[in-house]
Amino acid sequence: MSELVFFINYVVIGGVVISSVYAMGAIGVTLVFAILRFAHFAHADLMTAGAMFSLVLAVTFPGIDAATGLPAAFVLLPVAMALTAVLAIGLDRAFYRPLRLAGVRSVVLVMASIGVTLMLQGAIRLFAGIHARPLYVASRKDVYRIPVPFEGARDIVITEPQIMLVATITVAVIALHLFLTRTRIGKAMRAMSDNPDLARISGINSEHVVWATWIIGGALAAAAGTLLSLDVALKPDLSFNLLLPIFAAAIVGGVGKPYGALVGGFLVGFAESLAVFNWSILLRPITPLLPEWIEIPRQLAVVSTEYKIVVPFFILVAVLVWRPTGVFRGRIL
Amino acid sequence: MQSGVWRNVFLFVCLAAFVLIIFRLLGTAYGVRMLVEASCYAILALGLTIQWGYAGLFNAGVMGFIAAAAFVTMFLTFPVNVAFWHSDGPALLARALGYLLVGAAATVLLARSRRWGVPGLLATPAAVVAAIITYIAVTNAVEPAAAHIVAASGFVGGLGLPVVLGWLAGAFVAGCLAWVIGRICLGLQSDYLAIATLGIAEIVKAVLKNEEWLTRGVLTVSPLPWPVPGPHELGFVLSRAAYLSLTAIIIVLIYVLLERAWHAPWGRMMRAIRDNATAAEAMGKDVNARRLEIFVLGNAIIGLGGAALVSFAGIFDPQSFTPLNHTFLIWVMVILGGAGNNLGAIFGALFVYCIWVMSEPAALFLFDAAGNWGQEVFGWEPSDLQSRALQMRVFVIGLTISLVLRFAPRGLIPEKVVRDE
Repeated sequence: MSELVFFINYVVIGGVVISSVYAMGAIGVTLVFAILRFAHFAHADLMTAGAMFSLVLAVTFPGIDAATGLPAAFVLLPVAMALTAVLAIGLDRAFYRPLRLAGVRSVVLVMASIGVTLMLQGAIRLFAGIHARPLYVASRKDVYRIPVPFEGARDIVITEPQIMLVATITVAVIALHLFLTRTRIGKAMRAMSDNPDLARISGINSEHVVWATWIIGGALAAAAGTLLSLDVALKPDLSFNLLLPIFAAAIVGGVGKPYGALVGGFLVGFAESLAVFNWSILLRPITPLLPEWIEIPRQLAVVSTEYKIVVPFFILVAVLVWRPTGVFRGRIL
Repeated sequence: MQSGVWRNVFLFVCLAAFVLIIFRLLGTAYGVRMLVEASCYAILALGLTIQWGYAGLFNAGVMGFIAAAAFVTMFLTFPVNVAFWHSDGPALLARALGYLLVGAAATVLLARSRRWGVPGLLATPAAVVAAIITYIAVTNAVEPAAAHIVAASGFVGGLGLPVVLGWLAGAFVAGCLAWVIGRICLGLQSDYLAIATLGIAEIVKAVLKNEEWLTRGVLTVSPLPWPVPGPHELGFVLSRAAYLSLTAIIIVLIYVLLERAWHAPWGRMMRAIRDNATAAEAMGKDVNARRLEIFVLGNAIIGLGGAALVSFAGIFDPQSFTPLNHTFLIWVMVILGGAGNNLGAIFGALFVYCIWVMSEPAALFLFDAAGNWGQEVFGWEPSDLQSRALQMRVFVIGLTISLVLRFAPRGLIPEKVVRDE
């Protein structure tokens, strides 16, 4: 039974956590892809920037932890999300909009976004140094242990930020769904994504749509970055390991499809968790039942942890080869 | 036209003056070393400029192609490790290789069996199963071999072949890697190529870092042989000068060939594809094949440059390959120098590299001064100032890319628009 609990702790819970982070990033990437038509490489760094804002807020207002019983970084998350949204719009106006108005090819925008990536990375490390910091400033991380009603079994372990993360992504996805289907600007976004020229001559203000895109993308990135950093720690090179999985998730789901990005995030996240999980642990209980000549090796993972990055890349390549439109039939780009 | 020539002369005179100042300040040996490295970067920039400037392809994984070529060069040119060849290692590796070849052949045959009438519903799952079995067999064969090699003889060592052969093989392997990536991504929008190359670069680096039996991993391999007599035979200045003359010959050779290609019908076709792929396709050009061609060619040149760079450094250290130094710095060289202009790429490489080398002590000096000043005036306690100072350079590279794209998209030496009368 312990083995199964181990599996739940590492693959199910761990998978849900990382998948949620990928999904929130991928939704932003896919929206930017749909509206602005370029791969926004700086998106993972918006996550780091959002987590950074949370850290600054948590350090500035340490009294909130005691007053609410929740970590300040979570209570002030809306503020950090708003700040990141403003940052995203600022970056757009400073670096992407002039290029867009000049009518450059989309590859040039991709390159500009790499320039922005480097600037954000440099600026963040310049001010925060290169060390990992906990986002729990004034309180400690609650860890819940759920006992399993079996003899000698381990507990299922869930941490407070993991619950917050699942709650946040649920709220965010419902809110996004209502926004895209019920509001005027949300419908305008969908129209713009389907056919920009038709949307423009129908009188949709494309500037407003662009703003809405950056607000949603920036806010989701900040939430994902903050909650991930609450769970582990805020590392300035957080973005580095997120970039490829996020793009893989967005492309798997079909570019321009927010729900596809959600599914893609979970697909990539779980594929990663399952691939690096050591399966020999699950097989241990049945070892006595096997004939003697079968020996289960101690390490039985599909790929070792050092090669985790291969998993999203492989998924990406497989999708590009077999179904470039993604699972949800996004645009062929 | 005339003003263009004078501007180029002016730019190169400025560059020469800058280099002379560095020679004067830091000594001849250091100056020559900087020039050799800059010339290796010039080869890299030439490879990138034909991808970006001729064909508009975005290669975000230059580092991966450099690292792959550097590894091949190391493997071919490093002296033979006798202990390895006398152990069981080669036999074990041969077995793994045998599994790989048989498995790969079976997978490919099954994947293509549709052509001989096998239903697709059967062929695809069979190919996938064959691939999985191959993967399991090969990993299980490599693991004990790797453990044996590391225990018995450290790592596989090299083949002790001539360095120039190693460079050519490095270029060839980088080109093969590019062919695989290009086949997958070039039919799709150019953004996908950027994502895929970014991924492959990290994977190449991860492999080189973790496969200790092949590369010694973080323990690094040194000293790598030079194609010219080394410092202990000729002294620092003279041996580096000999190396520099070799890289200079390579640059001139590549430059002349690329210029001829640019003015040939092939170059005209490439520009047509870059500027309007649809129109070029309508004229009967095979757009994807031509793009694949130039992507492979560009990466082969990048591989050559990377091989020259690692041979000169004399040490193969997988961790020394960073996206900043080996991808984005080269991007800055190409777009600042002028995409689509080979002279611009060479100028950009030399100029940016000299500034880059000088910026490290400059940033440290500035940060030290700022730190002291802050301590005196505000009582700051700055920590890890050195590493932060180096992060400043990341910021500046990013800012340069953004500013050049916005304000000088054609670079310092712009592409010459050829008009056929």
